[in-house]
Amino acid sequence: MSRIPDVSENWTGKINTVTIGATPEQGGTRSRTVTIGGAAALPFLSFEGPVGNRPAIAVEVWDSGGETLPDPLRNSYGEAVGSPGGWAKKAVEFGADLICLRLMGAHPDAENRSPQQCAETVKEVLSSVGVPIIIWGCGVNEKDNQVLPAVSAAARGENCLIGTAREKNYRTVVAVCLADKHKMIAESPLDINIAKQVNILCSDAGFNLEDIVVFPTTGALGYGMEYVYSIQERARLAALRGDRLLAEPVICDVGFEAWRAKEAKAPPFSSVTDDNRAQWGLMWEAATAAVLLQAGAEMLVMRHPDAIRLARETIDRFMPAATTA
Amino acid sequence: MYVIGERINGMFEDVKEAIRGRNASLIQDLATRQAAAGASALDVNVGPAVSDAKGAMIWLIETIRAVVDIPVSIDTAKWEVMSAVARQAPGEKILNSTKADPEIAARYVGLARECGAGLIGLTLDAEGVPGNVDKRVELGAQLITIATDGGLAMDKLFIDPVILPVNVAPKNPGHCMAAISQLKAFADPPPHLLLGLSNVSQRCSNRALINRTYLAMAMACGLDAAIMDPLDAELMKTAITAELLLEKMIYCDSYLEAARHR
Repeated sequence: MSRIPDVSENWTGKINTVTIGATPEQGGTRSRTVTIGGAAALPFLSFEGPVGNRPAIAVEVWDSGGETLPDPLRNSYGEAVGSPGGWAKKAVEFGADLICLRLMGAHPDAENRSPQQCAETVKEVLSSVGVPIIIWGCGVNEKDNQVLPAVSAAARGENCLIGTAREKNYRTVVAVCLADKHKMIAESPLDINIAKQVNILCSDAGFNLEDIVVFPTTGALGYGMEYVYSIQERARLAALRGDRLLAEPVICDVGFEAWRAKEAKAPPFSSVTDDNRAQWGLMWEAATAAVLLQAGAEMLVMRHPDAIRLARETIDRFMPAATTA
Repeated sequence: MYVIGERINGMFEDVKEAIRGRNASLIQDLATRQAAAGASALDVNVGPAVSDAKGAMIWLIETIRAVVDIPVSIDTAKWEVMSAVARQAPGEKILNSTKADPEIAARYVGLARECGAGLIGLTLDAEGVPGNVDKRVELGAQLITIATDGGLAMDKLFIDPVILPVNVAPKNPGHCMAAISQLKAFADPPPHLLLGLSNVSQRCSNRALINRTYLAMAMACGLDAAIMDPLDAELMKTAITAELLLEKMIYCDSYLEAARHR
C-alpha cells in the first residue's frame, strides 16, 4: 500500500488576532470578549499548523425596520424584532457570540434616523446584552460620517467593531475608532488590490493594522459566492506567505446576502411546497456560511437561528476540539 | 529580495577615514540608514591596506551591533581574518566569500556550520573567472554539492556567479543571467542566487541606471539576493517592482509603501 505524501506547507506568515469587547476590568461592561484570527495554516488544516481561534458568529439586529424581514425570519424572532434591545436578547438566546447592530434606519432613503437616535439605540443594545457589539453603518458615506462618530462615542470603552472604512471615507472612520478605541472593519468591493490599498491608507492615517477586520464584500450562493471564495483564498495565501497587509481576519455578511436571494424568500422551483418553503432561506444562509468558512472566514454575520445552528455544527466538525493559535 | 547593504566598505573615503580614526558615529549612521532603507544584512569590508584588518573588522561589527540587529556579511579575502572574526563577532553573520575550489570551499562550509553563519560562494576557482556559462554552472553545482555534503542548508548558501563591468566584459551580464537560471534549477530547495551588483557598472557612466536595469533583468532570471546600495532609492523601488512583476506580491496602488510592511 503506498503512503500518502505529506503535502503540508511551511508558511512564514500568520493571520492577526483581534479581540472585540471589553469587560469591566478592561473599562467596558461586556460579560465576555471575543477573539478571532491567529491561523498560521490554511483553513482548518490542523495537521499543517495552528488553525487559530474558532470562527465567531455575530447575529444581525437592526435599529429599525424589522417588520420588513422575510417571513421565516420574523417567525423565528417573533415580537422581538420590534425593539433592538429585545431583538438582541433573542439573538443571544439563539447563540450569538456578538451582536451586529446594523443601522438600517439611518439610511437617507429609509427613516433617515439621526446620529443621536442611532446613539440611543447603541446604548439600548449595550444595556440589553453582555456580548460584544459590532456597529455597522448604513453604507452612505455622507450619512455614516455623521452617524459613526455619534455611535462610536456612545460606545466608548466597549471596544466595539465599527464598520465600515472604505476608500472614500476611511479618514472619518479611522479618526473615530482611534478616538474611542474601537476595532475597525475595512471594506473593499470584491477587489483584492483595493482591499490591500484600504489597509495601507488606514495604516498611513495612523490606524494599527492589527486592529482591523477586513470585509471584502460577500456574495451568497448563486450570487457570486465562488468569486468571493477565490478572493478570500488569494488574500489568505498571500497572508500566509508574509503579506502583512492581507493578514487581517475576515468578516462575511452571510445573512444579509443570503436573504436577498429570491431562492431564500420565494424559491421558484417545482419541488417547493408550503411545508418546505421556509427551509430554503435558512439552508441558503447555512450553505453560504459553510463555504465561506472554508475560505478562512473568522467571523460570520448571520440571521436565522437554524442556519446559525448549522454553521456552528459545521465549525465543530472542522474544529473538533477548542483550538487556539 | 535579500538586500545586503554595501556601504560600509573601506573603499569609500568616508568609511576609510572612520576606520582610521575609530569614528563610531559615522559607521553607525550608515548602518541605521541602510537598515531603515530596507537592507536585510550589512556587508562589512575594511578596505585595502589596513594594518590590523582583523581588529578593524571586529571594531566595525561591534560598532554596528550597538545599533542594528540584522546579520553582518564579513567581507574579506583572507582566511585568517575570516576565521578569527567569524568566531569572535557577535550576532548573526554571513561569510563573504569562498571560491569554488573544493578544499577551500569545504573549509569555509565547516566554518559557516560552526558559527551558524550563511556563506557566499563565488563561481570562480584557481583558474579565475570563467569565460562561459557552462563553467560557471559547473562551479556553482560544485559549491552546492560541497555545501550539502558539509551539512549546510540551502537557505544559508548564496551562489554568486561573479558579475564583471559591462564596459570591459560585455558578454558577462548575459552569462551571469544564464548561470542564475540554470543554478536555480539545480537543487530543491535551491540556494540563494546573489550578485555584487555595483560591479556591473564599475567605471561606467550612468552607474545607477545600469545597476537598477540589470537588477530587474537578473531578478527575472531568479536572482534573489544582492550586495547593493540600499540608499539608492530608485534601486530599491526597482527591486520591489520587479518582485511585483514576478508575482511575489499582490498589487495595490501603494505597493511600494506596502513592501515596507513585510
